[in-house]
Amino acid sequence: MKTALRYICLIALGFLFLIPFLWMVSTSLTPANQVMAINRPWIPERLEWRNYPQALTVLPFHIFLKNTLIVTSLALIGQVVSASLVAFGFARLRFRGRDALFVLVISTMMIPAQVTLIPTFILFARLHWIDTLRPLIVPAFFGGGAFYIFLLRQFFLTIPGELEDAAKIDGCGPLGVFRTVAIPLAKPALATVAVFSFVGHWNDFLGPLIYTQSVETKTLALGLNSFRSLHGTQYHLLMAASVCVLLPVLLIFFAAQRYFVRGMVFSGIKG
Amino acid sequence: MKTTSLSRREALAGWLFVSPWVLGFVIFAAGPILFSLGLSFAHWDAITRPEFAGLDNYRRLARDPLLIKSLINTAYYAVVSVPMGLCLALGLALLLNQKLRAMGLFRTLFYLPSVTSGVATMMLWMWLFNPELGLINRFLRLFTKHPPLWLSDVHWAMPALILMSLWGAGGAMLIFLAGLQNIPEELYEASTLDGAGSLQQFRHVTIPLLSPVIFFNFVMAVIASFQVFTAAFIMTNGGPSHATLLYVLYLFQNAFVYFRLGYASAMAWLLFVIILFLTLLNFRLSKRWVHYG
Repeated sequence: MKTALRYICLIALGFLFLIPFLWMVSTSLTPANQVMAINRPWIPERLEWRNYPQALTVLPFHIFLKNTLIVTSLALIGQVVSASLVAFGFARLRFRGRDALFVLVISTMMIPAQVTLIPTFILFARLHWIDTLRPLIVPAFFGGGAFYIFLLRQFFLTIPGELEDAAKIDGCGPLGVFRTVAIPLAKPALATVAVFSFVGHWNDFLGPLIYTQSVETKTLALGLNSFRSLHGTQYHLLMAASVCVLLPVLLIFFAAQRYFVRGMVFSGIKG
Repeated sequence: MKTTSLSRREALAGWLFVSPWVLGFVIFAAGPILFSLGLSFAHWDAITRPEFAGLDNYRRLARDPLLIKSLINTAYYAVVSVPMGLCLALGLALLLNQKLRAMGLFRTLFYLPSVTSGVATMMLWMWLFNPELGLINRFLRLFTKHPPLWLSDVHWAMPALILMSLWGAGGAMLIFLAGLQNIPEELYEASTLDGAGSLQQFRHVTIPLLSPVIFFNFVMAVIASFQVFTAAFIMTNGGPSHATLLYVLYLFQNAFVYFRLGYASAMAWLLFVIILFLTLLNFRLSKRWVHYG
């Protein structure tokens, strides 16, 4: 009885969470002349697949996609590599001032991004990096962010000391231990960081908004917003374009979900 | 002798490993923080030379009606969206915390919107909130002839943004779920033997043991609620009549639309102080209700 009630609640809430997605897909497949109809059917009489190519050619989405892929992939590499190196240093190597430095890492999580926004903008302007993708990529290589460092450090701390010792006996230095012991064991945590990083950069709006100006440097998030300001009332096209922007995130999420949920659950609690 | 040289080598390696972060900290955190502090005492339009302004920018903060408005708006958003979001997240986590079929499926479903949170989602919600054709009013018209105009109504624009934020409760839910799964089964068994009903169990077992996780989610949610930008920028641009002018949106406008970089820096510092104050207050108050096992 209780179980039945639980399922009823779950199905009702699940439906509420799902229905916006269904509405989106339904709109994206509705012919132009029916979108503005009051009480249009959920499943259009004729599925208008042409909305998709039409939506994606109104603006140069292939350029936005290329830019987004460049930013997300390079920033992902930067964050995963640099955060894991830094986290390994904090977790497995002893040096004076380490723990105080780690407190500093954690306390940077408290600083609102808005405080550093203007000086960072001025810095990149001085470097003549405005309207390039560099401001969106380069910072990722400097530690990758406190949250990822924290997450990976927690993971590296759990690696048994014996494994490290065995590698040292085999003649591994710190970099060898990092490569042959820590990285292979940390795959779920690294996958978590990679997914977070991908999703974060894919969805990032403020960064591209500030640093890019011309069509050639716009990312998908920004391109989609330009699309709205130009053709905002053509909801069938707007939804088709939005589905295309969402889809890669969904695919990545499903592909990595197994690791991702485990890594998330692991990092969330062991404070 | 050998051990000291070994530990010295380890220390050197350690510093090398953490050096990317140290460099990043200097270039992208410490440097900008000091610079922005200095800038908050200056007038600067990014083109002419900066002018020393003393406390002008800070004095102006107190007299700027739009700043006051944006603070009130942000407080409104935080006070309503944070408790509602956390209650929803906890409710979902409680529903999912059973070893039953299809729980993984539901977990994914509830979590999905918080992964897809981005411009595309905001486009979707603008369409859902559309007064004539949107799904929400299509549903409400079953009950009333005059459903709200949502994003174009002074009184409903903020509730609309809050409603949308609830769709992203999945992140906090996942953390709650992990917390719930860490509560030992024996505690529930023992309290059942003592004759506790499920409501009593919830009050005397679940809530106290989950309190560190509730606290973590609460602190994070409060901080995040003060930094909402994209939704307000895209969906309403602060309107109608400044009803959704959130603090960070106003900061952005000052910095990158009006090029009042000094004033915007002072705003950023005020935000920093507010967030710091709220976080410390949370930690202080937490001593009364958070139990660490």
